[in-house]
Amino acid sequence: MSLFDWDLLTQQGRFIGLGNYRVLVASDEFWSALRNTVYYVLGVVPVQSALALLLALVANRRIRGRTFFRSAFYFPSISSSVAVALMFLWILQGGGLADGILTLLGGTPPRPAWLSNPNGVFDLLASRLGWKLPSWAIGPSVALLCIMALNVWTTTGTMMVIFLAGLQDIPRELQEAAAVDGATSRTILWSITLPLLRPIMLFVLAIGMIGAFQVFDQIWIMTRGQNQTTTLVWLIYSESFGGGFRAGQAAAVATVLLAVVFGLTMLQRRLFDRQAEW
Amino acid sequence: MRMAFGSTRSPAGRSRRPPPERSIVGTAATRTVSYGLLIGVAGLMFVPFLWSLTTSFKTSPEAAQVPPTILPRQPTIDAYRTVIVQAPFARWFANSVMVALAVVATRCTLDTLAGYAFARMRFPGRELLFSAVISTLMVSPIVLIIPRFILLQQLGLVNTLHALWIPFASEAFGVFLMRQVFQSFPTELEDAARIDGAGRLRMFWSLAIPNATPAIATLAIFSFQGSWNRFLDAVIFISGAHRDQFTLPLGLAYFRSLYYTDWPVVMAIAVLTTLPLAVAFLFCQRYFVEGAARTGLNG
Repeated sequence: MSLFDWDLLTQQGRFIGLGNYRVLVASDEFWSALRNTVYYVLGVVPVQSALALLLALVANRRIRGRTFFRSAFYFPSISSSVAVALMFLWILQGGGLADGILTLLGGTPPRPAWLSNPNGVFDLLASRLGWKLPSWAIGPSVALLCIMALNVWTTTGTMMVIFLAGLQDIPRELQEAAAVDGATSRTILWSITLPLLRPIMLFVLAIGMIGAFQVFDQIWIMTRGQNQTTTLVWLIYSESFGGGFRAGQAAAVATVLLAVVFGLTMLQRRLFDRQAEW
Repeated sequence: MRMAFGSTRSPAGRSRRPPPERSIVGTAATRTVSYGLLIGVAGLMFVPFLWSLTTSFKTSPEAAQVPPTILPRQPTIDAYRTVIVQAPFARWFANSVMVALAVVATRCTLDTLAGYAFARMRFPGRELLFSAVISTLMVSPIVLIIPRFILLQQLGLVNTLHALWIPFASEAFGVFLMRQVFQSFPTELEDAARIDGAGRLRMFWSLAIPNATPAIATLAIFSFQGSWNRFLDAVIFISGAHRDQFTLPLGLAYFRSLYYTDWPVVMAIAVLTTLPLAVAFLFCQRYFVEGAARTGLNG
């Protein structure tokens, strides 16, 4: 379908070869969507995985109320994405809870308010130091960063539950034997626990990545792609049902998205396989 | 909500193994840091929910105040009244329930059957077919939207509730889960049953199913939750003009556009949408959490 000029309303198509791709390459919107998607995945996936691993390691110790913590962390991920997005939309309003807390801590709330702020975060940091960054390096917008943070907030619990299950599958005897041999808890962590957890880590990274590529509901509710929050998935939507009705054009973006996901999966697999050879 | 969670420390999550040695646990200082971290993050997880809850009981002028008040000064249920009276909320709720139950019923049937076939029956092309099923997990739902929409349109199902369960009657996650479960069963029982003359379907029904009940419960809960929260497909398959065919997430989005600045009303319907899952979560936490854990382990 990506090779046709296909109208979604009349469902009529005309073969135009690579025409849709030519339009993509020439459009700024496509490149910014691609860049935002990369920011999103590279920002969300490592943060949520690391945070989830840390929480799982902590909760795996002999701790009271572990079930309570596990449930508390997991609850956001089962809640309706629309409801959660609305909650955060409300919290991130100008003069809302986020602003209030920031003021209380002695900070200045961003203006325009969080989700209406299209400025790049790297650029904001750099300008404090008096630097000026080139336009390709200004980083994700404040608005996109908020949606990324929301994704970390919802997904970390799921990842933690997965890590926790993996940790409980590691035989205690191994760790106890090492402790008897005089290993410190840090050595045990780095030489026994984490290496044994590697398959789980690979899995968490993989599903985290797939999930991060698919973000849609939050953008629909919170920004509708405004303020530099267009991702590839959002572009597919806006080209087709979101008002463009250019199904062929949307299919071309979808093909690019599939290629990116596939490429990253392969890359990740290769990286981890190399580690495994050591 | 916090208190409710506190009272449900079920024995399910308690470690099956004896507690580790002291030396692994560490000093009192690290214990304090650990608790601090866990409680802090738990707080972060709860605050947005509590904030929505308190907002939903405020009057709209109070909600708009800067700086915001923490607890409503004049608690009111006006927002909830607006939701019930001004919107076909009951209708949306019923739609969500019907669609979710249809998805649960079909998935528990089809995914279980398919998972069993992939785990236990030998037929040519089984591995290839299974990889094909699994590879659909990697495809973004948005990519499937256009072909699904065209199909539904040709079947005349666009803008009906059928569009929200028929395409989702079976999916790879459930097939994968059930296959793993059935593969973990010892084959001896089935061999014995076969010697006694049991057919394939009888073995499935009398041996496999009773032993897989916890997994099926997990699948049912996952399917319910997925359907209850489904938005992307709903927003495309049901147009804004067909308000009587809305499910709750659609209604929620619609309310937000209608009551743009009336946050107590928006938060009230958000609370009402979240509540059923929260209640289900309280009673079946084990299945919710173990679904994620189990598929994680097998992945």
